[in-house]
Amino acid sequence: MALLDVQDLLVSFDTPDGTVHAVNGMTLSLEAGESLAIVGESGSGKTQLAFAILGLLAKNGRSTGSVRFDGREILNLPEPELNKVRANEIAMIFQDPMTSLNPYMRVGDQMAEVLMLHHGASKTKALAESAQMLDAVRIPDAKARLRMYPHEFSGGMRQRIMAAIALLCRPKLLIADEPTTALDVTVQNQIMELIADIQRDFGTALILITHDLAIVAGSCARTLVMYGGQVMEMGATDDVFEAPSHPYTLGLLNAVPRLDIPQEALQSIPGDPPDLTRLSPGCPFSPRCALAHDPCGQTMPVLTGFGEGRFRACHSDREAVV
Amino acid sequence: MLVFILKRLLVAIPVLLILIVGTFVLMYTAPGSPFATDRGVPPAVLANLEAQYGLDQPFVVQIWRYITGIVTEFDFGPSFIYRDQDVNDLIAQGFPVTLTYGFWSFVVAVIVGGGLGILAAVKHNTWLDYLAVGISIGAQVLPNFVLAPILVLIFTLWLGWLPGGGWQGGQWQYVVLPVIALSTSFMASIARIARASMLEVLTSNFIRTARAKGLPMRRVIFRHALKPALLPVISYLGPAFVGMITGSVVIDIYFSTGGIGQFFVASALNRDYGVMMGITVLLGTLTILFNLLVDILYAWIDPKIRY
Amino acid sequence: MRGSTRKSGTDAVLATKAIADDLAAAAPIKGRSLWADARARFFRNKAAVAGLVVLVLVALFALIGPFIAPWNNEDIDWTVLGQVAEAGRPSLSNGHWFGTDALGRDLFARTVQGTQISLMVGVVGALISVIVGTLYGAIAGYFGGRLDAIMMRTVDVLMSIPYMFVLILLLVVFGRSMLMLFIGIGLVSWLDMARIARGQTLSLRGKEYVEAAIATGVRPFTIILRHIVPNLLGVVIVYATLLVPSMIIYESFISFLGLGVQEPLTSWGALINDGAAEMNNGTLWMLAFPLFFFVITLFGFFFVGDGLRDALDPKDR
Repeated sequence: MALLDVQDLLVSFDTPDGTVHAVNGMTLSLEAGESLAIVGESGSGKTQLAFAILGLLAKNGRSTGSVRFDGREILNLPEPELNKVRANEIAMIFQDPMTSLNPYMRVGDQMAEVLMLHHGASKTKALAESAQMLDAVRIPDAKARLRMYPHEFSGGMRQRIMAAIALLCRPKLLIADEPTTALDVTVQNQIMELIADIQRDFGTALILITHDLAIVAGSCARTLVMYGGQVMEMGATDDVFEAPSHPYTLGLLNAVPRLDIPQEALQSIPGDPPDLTRLSPGCPFSPRCALAHDPCGQTMPVLTGFGEGRFRACHSDREAVV
Repeated sequence: MLVFILKRLLVAIPVLLILIVGTFVLMYTAPGSPFATDRGVPPAVLANLEAQYGLDQPFVVQIWRYITGIVTEFDFGPSFIYRDQDVNDLIAQGFPVTLTYGFWSFVVAVIVGGGLGILAAVKHNTWLDYLAVGISIGAQVLPNFVLAPILVLIFTLWLGWLPGGGWQGGQWQYVVLPVIALSTSFMASIARIARASMLEVLTSNFIRTARAKGLPMRRVIFRHALKPALLPVISYLGPAFVGMITGSVVIDIYFSTGGIGQFFVASALNRDYGVMMGITVLLGTLTILFNLLVDILYAWIDPKIRY
Repeated sequence: MRGSTRKSGTDAVLATKAIADDLAAAAPIKGRSLWADARARFFRNKAAVAGLVVLVLVALFALIGPFIAPWNNEDIDWTVLGQVAEAGRPSLSNGHWFGTDALGRDLFARTVQGTQISLMVGVVGALISVIVGTLYGAIAGYFGGRLDAIMMRTVDVLMSIPYMFVLILLLVVFGRSMLMLFIGIGLVSWLDMARIARGQTLSLRGKEYVEAAIATGVRPFTIILRHIVPNLLGVVIVYATLLVPSMIIYESFISFLGLGVQEPLTSWGALINDGAAEMNNGTLWMLAFPLFFFVITLFGFFFVGDGLRDALDPKDR
């Protein structure tokens, strides 16, 4: 049985300008200890997918479908039930470490409260464990740091603290939402290494949400490409990168600068991400797709399997995608 | 922290001196003798009176006496109208009254206003929220001098529940209407500020982090959101204090509570410079000290402020 | 309202008003093209439009009132004197549409006249404080450094003084006059405007067109007047609109204490005070009419001000 099983997930938001359809029928599954990267441009619904799983959508958000975790339905659980899952079984690292920690609380208190809540630990014990965890994410002089406030740390340090908080309860699944976007390149690598180590050492399953293909290659076994709130293609990371089976994946890959092969020029994907208030019934990528033809604008291609554990949703032939 | 407080105190002292000197200069330059009345006082008597109060001395001597009197003996000088009373007597009479209803008004405004605002934000877009917003908009157009007559009209003249004036040593029936009249508009402002800042805080990223930790909503609000949401309210306490001191004048006049404001207006109408000056300096001092307290409170709550 | 009111630095700790902070934190309002957009947004806001209509009606009342009033605001109607509670009621037949005051003077004429004074004090007082505050804040923000520190520190100091008492002192010492009232009220209320203008100027200073002007050697005061002040206009308009009602409240407060405009002239505050004093005698109209105009005008200004703020600062929604 899969650790996480998402079926036909729909997420929408009611706004004054109409209903925004952020996620439109996502299906994915993840085994225990497995790592999955979800890639796509901004606005492709990646973050809202993660928020929906944890029930963290904004107040005007609605989600339908099914999210089973460890065999149990957790989508739209009542808040008190959901609170037992959050941090304890599924933890999350957010995009912006600068604003994701409470600036008015000591770091130690922000960490300890998690253990006190979920494990019923005493304050002293919780603080001691927090210090250990800060140590594990390689923050020097952890004990003294517990008494400091977030603004006394650098961005990279704060993201380490976020990771430490996420790991406190040894969750079975860690969702990292663009954990490196707000950080310097050198710090990015450190954080990615940290996450890879965590995953290996703690045996945690990982969902890495990112728009940066460069960091996916080294860190996740499988990759899911998302666009317009839907799955475009999915498969082992190496396979997807080597032989992309969807024009969108191809476009993303062509937009990444590479040093290992000669490149003439970087190609960007023409056009903009879709207007999520007015979605066409067809493939959301078709307006920007070089291979778009008749059915593309009318019907959404079905996600179909091919090869070894690979899936794609495209009307064009696989051979046409080069 | 101690250094911070000392630094603030050092800033407060010159401000106080400026206030005292400014007020004094204003009084000194006022045209005419404070003893010259419509009835006409013989020049000899006038000179005699002025000499008695030291007004014939050079400016520097006068102001030096005044300041040393305040600083060393807490003596705010004489009244020029009530010959047998000095400003300290009037303050001793009026200040406890002002302090009593002022204190309760402040407490009511902060607790009811803060509570209402935060409740409204937490229950955003429910009837409770709309009610709180309605109250705070309504109270905006009902400053104390408008609210006081309306309250008396309703609770004294129509319902006959509460006395419409007097003090009677501060029995509760006599305190209720002054407190409502004085606190309402500040309560509304505090509610508005608290609601807005709580709404803002609740959408911030660190609140989402707190929710992702699995903390129950009550704990998210009290442990994580309350402190930052209250900072703007704390910033507002200084102006609110000034506003309440000002408003106390209306309360004293309208409800005849016998507070310090009553003496101030009486002295203003009588051109009793000694009393006006004394009260202004006293209230200015209080305001400056209160602002100092607010500064310290703010610095204590916000870790980002370095001392 | 935005909560970026939490500023670092101890300066911000000092007293601030909610609205002032709110505006100080707002981004500078950009470009001309925004105005048409803002107008459209403003007219979509029902409360703001209703407020505007009310204000126009009140202004018309003050302007046309003197020409249609059958009575003069000073004349005593001797036929009602001594029996005001019965004969002085509002009535269409004897021309006292709003009734008479305790002395038998026509309340309609007096309300018209009080409205004129209150509106005038409100608008002129707001203008004075806006002009003084904008220039002061723009200068402090533009030159920055030590000058800025001294200027803003002075503002902080002045803010911690109970200005209403100082204003009353001024009125007593220099005698009561309309001019004194204007100057006094205007001068004690420019502090918030100065802080707002300074905050905005600080962010405008870094803009390319200002730096270009500096680089080409334009004199600082020319830059402030040509490049800074026009760009502060949006914020200034919003704040001025919200300042008028507080000016009206200040004036009414002083008149309520009997220290404002002098008889036979009157204002809302004085009328409300008179009405409140006669409450016991069953002549409620004396309180009700001035109070009504006072309240609807304040509502009008607040709604228009809020509407303008929403219209000029779309980021807020």
